[in-house]
Amino acid sequence: MTEAHIIGKSVPRKEGRDKVTGAARYIDDMSLPGMLYGATVRSQIPRGVIKKISFGSQFDWSEFVIVTAKGIPGKNCIALIGEDQPCLADGRVNHPEEPILLLAHADRHVLRKAIEAVSIEYDSLPAIFTIDESERCSQIIWGRDNVFKTFLIAKGDIDSVWEKADYVVEGEYTTGAQEQLYIENNGVIASFDRELGITVWGSLQCPYYVHKALMALCNLPAEKVRVVQAETGGAFGGKEDYPSMIAGHAALLSMKSGRPVKIIYDRLEDMTATTKRHPSRTHHRTAVSKEGKILGGEIEFMIDGGAYATLSSVVLSRGIIHAGGPYYWPNVRIRGKAVATNGPPHGAFRGFGAPQSLFAMERHMDRIAQVVGLSPVEIRRRNFLKPGQTTTTEQTVREEIDLGKLLDRALELSDYRAKKTRFSRQNNAGPVAVPTVDPIKRGMGIAAFLHGAGFTGSGERYLASVVGVEGCADGTVRVLVSSTEFGQGTNTVLCQIAAEAMDLPYDCVAIAQVDTNQVPNSGPTVASRTAMVVGNLVRSAAIGVRQTLIGSGSLSDSYSPEEFRAACLRHIAEHGQLRSYARYEAPEGVFWDDEKYRGEAYASFAWAIYVAEVAVDLSTYSARVEDFVALQEVGKVLHPILAKGQIAGGVAQGIGFALYEKVVWQNGRMQNGQMTNYIMPTSADLPQLRVFFEEIGNVHGAYGAKGIGELPMDGPAPAIVNAIEDALGTRFDSIPLLPEDIFEAVFADGVADGKTDGKR
Amino acid sequence: MTNTSENRGKCELALTVNGKAETVRVYPMERLLDVLRQELGLTGAKEGCGEGECGSCSVLMNGKLINSCLVPVLQAAGTNLTTIEGLAEGPQLSALQAAFLECGGAQCGICTPGMILASCHLLDKKPKPTLDDIREGLSGNLCRCTGYMQIFDAVMEAARRSPA
Repeated sequence: MTEAHIIGKSVPRKEGRDKVTGAARYIDDMSLPGMLYGATVRSQIPRGVIKKISFGSQFDWSEFVIVTAKGIPGKNCIALIGEDQPCLADGRVNHPEEPILLLAHADRHVLRKAIEAVSIEYDSLPAIFTIDESERCSQIIWGRDNVFKTFLIAKGDIDSVWEKADYVVEGEYTTGAQEQLYIENNGVIASFDRELGITVWGSLQCPYYVHKALMALCNLPAEKVRVVQAETGGAFGGKEDYPSMIAGHAALLSMKSGRPVKIIYDRLEDMTATTKRHPSRTHHRTAVSKEGKILGGEIEFMIDGGAYATLSSVVLSRGIIHAGGPYYWPNVRIRGKAVATNGPPHGAFRGFGAPQSLFAMERHMDRIAQVVGLSPVEIRRRNFLKPGQTTTTEQTVREEIDLGKLLDRALELSDYRAKKTRFSRQNNAGPVAVPTVDPIKRGMGIAAFLHGAGFTGSGERYLASVVGVEGCADGTVRVLVSSTEFGQGTNTVLCQIAAEAMDLPYDCVAIAQVDTNQVPNSGPTVASRTAMVVGNLVRSAAIGVRQTLIGSGSLSDSYSPEEFRAACLRHIAEHGQLRSYARYEAPEGVFWDDEKYRGEAYASFAWAIYVAEVAVDLSTYSARVEDFVALQEVGKVLHPILAKGQIAGGVAQGIGFALYEKVVWQNGRMQNGQMTNYIMPTSADLPQLRVFFEEIGNVHGAYGAKGIGELPMDGPAPAIVNAIEDALGTRFDSIPLLPEDIFEAVFADGVADGKTDGKR
Repeated sequence: MTNTSENRGKCELALTVNGKAETVRVYPMERLLDVLRQELGLTGAKEGCGEGECGSCSVLMNGKLINSCLVPVLQAAGTNLTTIEGLAEGPQLSALQAAFLECGGAQCGICTPGMILASCHLLDKKPKPTLDDIREGLSGNLCRCTGYMQIFDAVMEAARRSPA
């Protein structure tokens, strides 16, 4: 027998060896015979009508493959949820960097110069760039009213709470765009063959999204579109929808030229043209009793979707469902709205709306604490959701989660109380303006939050994911899923699950390359769903293979890997192949109303308390995180090293979201699309990120697992900003907070000129 | 080599890569990164930003850590280069490669070759680094996945295992 319990062990990453030796093949490491390079000519203006496209005389354009919207064999759109986004602008442009024309050439260097030799004349139209402008409808740029989507969550009787309230606390909070900044830029290779159709290899998250988009664009049946994932160098949501665009472009060039075409973005193109996190604005108005209990509230959550609808409706949905945080709201009304602006469409980024609405919630809790006169700890404790209570969508909390206990542990791990007292004393040691006084002010901040795993509401039922597990003649097992590996550990965790379910050594299980000709559609690799939802299906399919062999008498209930191999060989000799498939079925009694946005929003929530210790240097106005405790309940931890790595990585991105990463916009175009001027945290910028787990388990996930990927993105920003307010006594309601932003707020608050001692 | 239009302006350069003498016929101002990847087929060095910010293209040139996207190949003539492909001896991973694998130092893997070479360079200078030495030593190499903690663990572990 093999040793039991591969689950919970930090086995080696499946593709790890290739990654540490440089053998892993990413898309730019591949080439095909006769391959051309493709490039995209893009809009230089935010909105207008294309008058004329001219080609400079310095090139012989017959050497180039050229594709415009007129040359699209199918529908000129990137089919996703809707079909409003063109693959190539046809007469009109609606955002800077919108693709207009494609070029391909055998020489990369020539191609680069050729792009500049294409000039486009436009009749400019007035454009809008902010949520405010879009709401005012000063220009209508999308539909009838610039609105992609609205949602309403209503619970209880919100209109009755205001007169009962001892306090009404209002606040408005905003978050900026954030670039995913995977270190591998986007890229694909497409190859067209009249017989086989189109094949695309690429750096991507969702092969079946690309598959769907290519069928519509190229006017090809499903069997003539094949999508293969190459090793993918980071994604974080940034390779959820945009790869369909790039794949479409490469496919069009390949269909026209009859040769393989490679498109690899450079960093500037990737940053300025592809998706980012939605900027947001959240307004809270909360009725609170004198004991600090939330009686009810109104929350308005707005996101800027950019020029096309893409994924905004789904980001909005997750944003509003998380907007109430891990608190009990007896009465609440949450309105969400996604609006259009003339910027590149915003898209998926780890957390998917929740980091934005939870930033607002957790800042607002500190605001409520101040008004009521309670500590940030106490205000949260008095309002935490408890088992048996319902969330804002009236989902009953069934897990035995004790957030108060989780909070206590986080406070202890971070030495919160002692540090808060000490910092408060040190910060107030003298007026800031006196040069001899220490310019470093320190503060402690908390964030409490939750994150739902899997698609929202009936989403998983609609997806109806399928996975396969195959027993091979050599006694190894292959996992067949469209779930992609881009660093999170998909390959490893799904193989662990199959090995555990089949009682085989981990080394006997491999994962098939993600290729739509080979693997079933197990849904997109998004929404913290892979370990929990797909993992559970892998477990079922793996048990199916085992049961087939046991049921046919080839195998006894307990067996060695050698006996398993012999049984596989026998079965394959008789039946040709040994495969088992599993399809998602919604658990019974799960209720979700898509119209009223009410019911079981997620099969499970992960819960967390994060504590940040931050130092602000009032001579440079830079803030630095000096200690960070991330404590979470994520069900069963399947692989401790991977889980810790996911959390630490997410926290680092959250620190970037709060303190470093600022997209500078001008007329809808990102001005700092380089790593030199868009700054993410380096190894020298981060404190020790201390990661801890509680494991309650989860009946819906494989071996008790919950989703984990997005959770760590939600908490760092509010914890850090709460700590900065604790340090300086100045209110900060917007992120990112770069030194100039801190300076402005502190200056406006009158601290800098020494009028106060740092307290308002 | 004939002087076809293909070769006009190109020159022949000799360099040593991973202990092996190589001759390449290239444009002198081509980026070392492109020559490694396209002429020599060593695709372990990656392009992340093309401007020396991310460190994904890091290689060792005469023992110094360089961004190969910033170095014209002419400047590499006659030098001794080490890329990620040169670290393992056959199937035997180097101590750093093994530690990165075990400690979770590689997630998506795109920064990993550069990160491991930067770590090599660091351990070469400081065989027993402190955590601050590692933070500082790797600060020219960006990783978006790990939050760096498990990379630090890996470097510490490799240092611990190496005889000093």
